[in-house]
Amino acid sequence: MTIELHAITKQVAGRVHIKPTTLTLHPGHFNVLLGQTGAGKTSLIKMMAGLDPIASGQVIMDGQDVTRLSTQKRNISLVHQFFVNYPHMTVFDNIASPLKVAGVAKSEIQGRVEEAADILQLRPMLHRRPHELSGGQQQRTALARAIAKESRAVFLDEPLANLDYKLREELREQLPELFAGRGAVVVYATSEPEEALLLGGETGLMEDGHVVQFGPTAEIYRKPATLGAARVFSDPPINVAQVRKTGSEMQMGDAARWPVPRGQEGLADGPYTLAVRPHHVTPHPRGTATVQLSGKVLVTEVSGSESSAHFQMQDAAWVSLSHGVTRFEIGQQHPFYLDPAGCYYFGKDGALAAQGGVV
Amino acid sequence: MAKITLRGLRHSYEPSPKGPEDYALKAIDLDWSDGGAYALLGPSGCGKSTLLNIISGLLVPSEGQVLFDDHDVTALPPDRRNIAQVFQFPVIYDTMSVYDNLAFPLRNRGVPEARVAERVGEIAEMLDVTDLLRTRAAGLSPDNKQKISMGRGLVRDDVNVVMFDEPLTVIDPHLKWKLRSKLKELHARVGATMIYVTHDQTEALTFADQVVVMQDGEIVQIGTPVELFERPAHTFVGHFIGSPGMNVLPAVQDGARVLFEGHSVALEGPVTGGAGRLEIGIRPEFIELAETGLPATVRRVADVGRHNVVEAVVGKTSVKLVVEGDVPAPGSDVHLGFRPDQTRAYRDGWLATEREST
Amino acid sequence: MRTHNQKAWFFVLPVLLLVAFNALIPMMTVVNYSVQETFGNNVFFWEGLRWFQELLNSDRFHAALGRQFLFTGIILAVEIPLGIIIALAMPRKGMWVPVCLVLMALPMLIPWNVVGAMWNIFTLPRIGMLGYFMNDVLGVHYDMTQNPTAAWITIVIMDVWHWTSLVVLLCYAGLVSIPDAYYQAAKIDGASGWAVFRHIQLPKMKQVLTIAILLRFMDSFNIYTEPFVLTGGGPGNSTTLLSIDLVKIALGQFDLGPAAAMSLIYFAVTLLVSWLFYTLMTKDDEP
Repeated sequence: MTIELHAITKQVAGRVHIKPTTLTLHPGHFNVLLGQTGAGKTSLIKMMAGLDPIASGQVIMDGQDVTRLSTQKRNISLVHQFFVNYPHMTVFDNIASPLKVAGVAKSEIQGRVEEAADILQLRPMLHRRPHELSGGQQQRTALARAIAKESRAVFLDEPLANLDYKLREELREQLPELFAGRGAVVVYATSEPEEALLLGGETGLMEDGHVVQFGPTAEIYRKPATLGAARVFSDPPINVAQVRKTGSEMQMGDAARWPVPRGQEGLADGPYTLAVRPHHVTPHPRGTATVQLSGKVLVTEVSGSESSAHFQMQDAAWVSLSHGVTRFEIGQQHPFYLDPAGCYYFGKDGALAAQGGVV
Repeated sequence: MAKITLRGLRHSYEPSPKGPEDYALKAIDLDWSDGGAYALLGPSGCGKSTLLNIISGLLVPSEGQVLFDDHDVTALPPDRRNIAQVFQFPVIYDTMSVYDNLAFPLRNRGVPEARVAERVGEIAEMLDVTDLLRTRAAGLSPDNKQKISMGRGLVRDDVNVVMFDEPLTVIDPHLKWKLRSKLKELHARVGATMIYVTHDQTEALTFADQVVVMQDGEIVQIGTPVELFERPAHTFVGHFIGSPGMNVLPAVQDGARVLFEGHSVALEGPVTGGAGRLEIGIRPEFIELAETGLPATVRRVADVGRHNVVEAVVGKTSVKLVVEGDVPAPGSDVHLGFRPDQTRAYRDGWLATEREST
Repeated sequence: MRTHNQKAWFFVLPVLLLVAFNALIPMMTVVNYSVQETFGNNVFFWEGLRWFQELLNSDRFHAALGRQFLFTGIILAVEIPLGIIIALAMPRKGMWVPVCLVLMALPMLIPWNVVGAMWNIFTLPRIGMLGYFMNDVLGVHYDMTQNPTAAWITIVIMDVWHWTSLVVLLCYAGLVSIPDAYYQAAKIDGASGWAVFRHIQLPKMKQVLTIAILLRFMDSFNIYTEPFVLTGGGPGNSTTLLSIDLVKIALGQFDLGPAAAMSLIYFAVTLLVSWLFYTLMTKDDEP
């Protein structure tokens, strides 16, 4: 089972929502769509699910053209951001509902529902109704329904967005295991880069109704094809600056200079756009080849395991991210250390021209 | 602005509560000083919103007192407490312009128009919404609507406390940090006592000087972000703060030694006496791959980009550690080294080691 | 926008046919009658716009139209505020909610002619309870068969009794959909009860209120059965509303041509006023 998209587009009232998109999605791992709200993730999922009309192009499932096929006939599952369950049915009946519709034998329904309930730890709640469940349990019910249905494709549209932080962490870890070995193509939309990395598999980076890069998640994280792709795949936001290559040196205005990355000596001299993720800009030097910068600290944030600082350097706003809890004096000048190994250089056309060493 | 004292607060939504399980809040005592930034952090259903509504006066507690500057306000309605509250979903008066929305709380209190104009101007400038003042509030984006809701809370200069009830829920992820930092900046400029309720550790730790962690209607720990991260007083705090959270590992006491899966583990200090279930708590950041140490088998490696989270199994227990650089492949045998000064014992969930004085 | 699936038209077709049969075809018949004169036996004479001209200059039509507007005006002026007030007073939580809803819905379940007959008997002097109470207990002369004012008061009260519930139920639906946070924020902002109504409840009720006003306008402007059963248009012509007059012309005098012309004007006025209401009520909604 695969899903192939051949140059599909979507238009609403003459406006292009999805630009021609061609992708092949495989089973066996998560296919993540990563992008900000409004980038077109939900639209693309709805087009694959048959819920949104396709203006041009084709959707092929398992070699069969399903572009004009209704949602009911595509044998798919969809889990939304909001918990959608039938309020008048018990958890058991909620999970069993698609099987009953499909006319599966009663004895088999029992088995499949219980299997799905076990995986999602819903056994003790099978006879409760949705309103007696917490948000996490409701969403697990919706996921169990998708698992029990054994559909050809499972679409998960930011399914964890409305859950508590810790619960999100736990489910995020369990999800890839849940769907492993089921043969279905799993498509997962998210706006959080970290979620994409944790889910692994392959990722499509979406920007402005367009998939700008698609490939194995860790690989495209380390090798963004364009500046846009690098921006989508960074949280906190990636730092961007203008630099110039002169001979064997990279210069960032008069703020800093460092040697051109090894193996990139052949790069033409001239201006480039530098992009570097916040964890390569740290308040303490890491390694020997670091470049010292200095900026006025504007805001600091602590996430528990990590601290980030937003600082102003010349006219640009920069972000730094480091392990543990670091306190900064707001409004004070503070040194930051740039790791050239984490730098990407993009040419005038926005395409990746060079990058630092092992990232 | 005011100092806030909560004394012996208990609240139950049942008309006649029987046991402790009927209480949404169980015995809350707190002292918050004037002008501080505080956060109430906990999972949904921990009682943090109940507590917030009691402070704002939307709810009268079953027992206990709320004091503002030592005056008992427990029975006062919200409009007589001089407080401001920002809700999860932006509350906007659709029919009014942004200006009139911001002016509303002042006009209701009969503030002269000249003073209204002055205050609204100041607040709009702080929130970067000066350009929007003449537009109708109904058409704004969610983040701007939430800014206006915040502005209505801040526009009065006589507020005792400004409260935020998960105010960033409906805000787009990439805009959240902007509003988070805006709030922090506003606190610095306005100087009012602020209380921020959330289930998101980043929001709580970023905003607050002091964080109150709650679970099942009780306060588990009150501390600065650094204290909560480095020395959790309860396994719940260790697990809830940090991602991944603290490893909580089953342990057995054997005389002066503490054993985990049959191996002796060095702790930050001696274990305090008493009975109860013993556990070891250590954060993934403080475990490293070592030449010797606890033998473990790598079960899974998650590449988070800036580092790897390795899940290894010691005996029957899985342990998470953060590894930068090269990682072992799943299935390989490794040794784990625990940093002793960051390894602690917990008894029945509560911290049970004393730090050796250095 | 392009249509991709022409199948959808098949689903609309039955409705189109239905509309054609129950609206367009009868209406064309009326248009046909309105420009001709007939004395029965299927003999027709072409009259052009004569009926329209005569009607627009007729005092009788002006009077009926005036009465119709007066009636609808009073109905809207009473039922809309009253409906809002009752909806505001109704409990929003607890065991009394279903009781109130059922009580409110009761009058609407009674057939129109029964309502007319009920109020007819109810108000008859000596026989009806209200009639007895007014005349014999309070000593007020109250007889709608003789006194136009009494007749007007009675039909207005009857309509208010019958239809205010509709406004109440619609407004109530709008009110319960307002999240608690709005009321809490208003309390904290120090808003008065009036300000809460003006800036929270009324704006949130606006959409259902638009529907309520439109429905009450159209229904009261086209009202026939109840006043016909109650007063038959009397005493004199004092309660002869447009619809009653129309039936008198069409069936009483068998003037099919003028009656058809009158129906068309009647229809045009209803349509025009409804459109005006709708445009005014929705004009500052968001694009």
